[in-house]
Amino acid sequence: MRVEDFDMFSTLLKQRSGLVLTRDKAYLLESRLMPVARKWNMKGLDELATTVRTRKDEALLRDITEAMTTNESSFFRDQKPFDQFRQLVLPKLMAARATKRTIRIWSAACSSGQEAYSLAMILNDEAAKLAGWRVEIVGTDISAEMVERSKAGVYTQFEVQRGLPITMLVKHFKQNGDKWQISPQLRQMASFREWNLLGDLSPLGQFDIVFCRNVLIYFDGPTKGKVLEAIARQMPQDGVLYLGGAETVLGITEKFKPVDGQRGLYSLGGFIP
Amino acid sequence: MKSCLVVDDSRVVRKVARKILEELSFACTEAEDGKQALEQCMAHMPDAILLDWNMPVMNGIDFLRRLRETAGGDAPKVVFCTTENDLAHIQEALSAGANEYIMKPFDSDIIQTKFAQVGLL
Repeated sequence: MRVEDFDMFSTLLKQRSGLVLTRDKAYLLESRLMPVARKWNMKGLDELATTVRTRKDEALLRDITEAMTTNESSFFRDQKPFDQFRQLVLPKLMAARATKRTIRIWSAACSSGQEAYSLAMILNDEAAKLAGWRVEIVGTDISAEMVERSKAGVYTQFEVQRGLPITMLVKHFKQNGDKWQISPQLRQMASFREWNLLGDLSPLGQFDIVFCRNVLIYFDGPTKGKVLEAIARQMPQDGVLYLGGAETVLGITEKFKPVDGQRGLYSLGGFIP
Repeated sequence: MKSCLVVDDSRVVRKVARKILEELSFACTEAEDGKQALEQCMAHMPDAILLDWNMPVMNGIDFLRRLRETAGGDAPKVVFCTTENDLAHIQEALSAGANEYIMKPFDSDIIQTKFAQVGLL
């Protein structure tokens, strides 16, 4: 790929999804964009680059953006955050919202929905304590395809074995050929919407708990700060934010502070463990 | 170091599984069928057993039932690892006392997370 084409694509991706691609990732760009070129009946990446330059076709730009987003996910990914959610975050927030009896949870950049459904499974386990409560899980992703996958809740044999205990599979999934679909009851607990984290987040409403794990790693410093501050505006003082194991707020924003003794957990200051 | 008995009639599968488990710091032994596995368990109970279902002489589910009736046989964590991938088999395995269940094909990620879930890692 020519350097000027690479630069053009990387500028486009930065604007649309915040993704930062350095020149050593040219191979990744080429391998992910070839299928897009084929889908649009183009000979190769040269033609794709020319088309993007001359004709700003929104559907094409969207395909390019989606092709470059990483959609790795698994049930109960990293396990620890989910134990923390069950044992600490949920009971604390339930105590704080005893009159309102409403909790909203956001799985930001939800990919194919495993994080949202992992949370739904935990809430289902805690159903007795949550009687009379309204707990809402909202998953969002920049990719329309991922949002559709999340809504369908259908997973391959490989996917249901990554992080999902077998008892949970038996309890919450129905087998259909070599695919497994999550139960309607759990699907009802979560809703999914196509949403760009770089866009206006206010229509999504306020969230008590935000999972935004392994998303910021793809952004540069200023973009990380912008996204974190936008997320902060959607949260109450005692809300909590989950980041991925390799992510931090330090040096990026003053809004969030690490929750004492709880790795990966951040709040605006009002959540005391 | 924890011990794991790998039970599978395929030498290739045993070799692949053994390599993954050794990387997870398990001391591994092997058995080709349920009968051999049971004999090994009588001599020395392992911490973990990775268990195939379809094997000659004695299959995995019969082995598991016999193991759980044996003195000390409730101790090992048993993880099935089989091409049987339907709900009926999974439920049968769980009610016979299996702790986890892997549907082949598997990779090191799956073995690692399943072993972690049953508290072996």
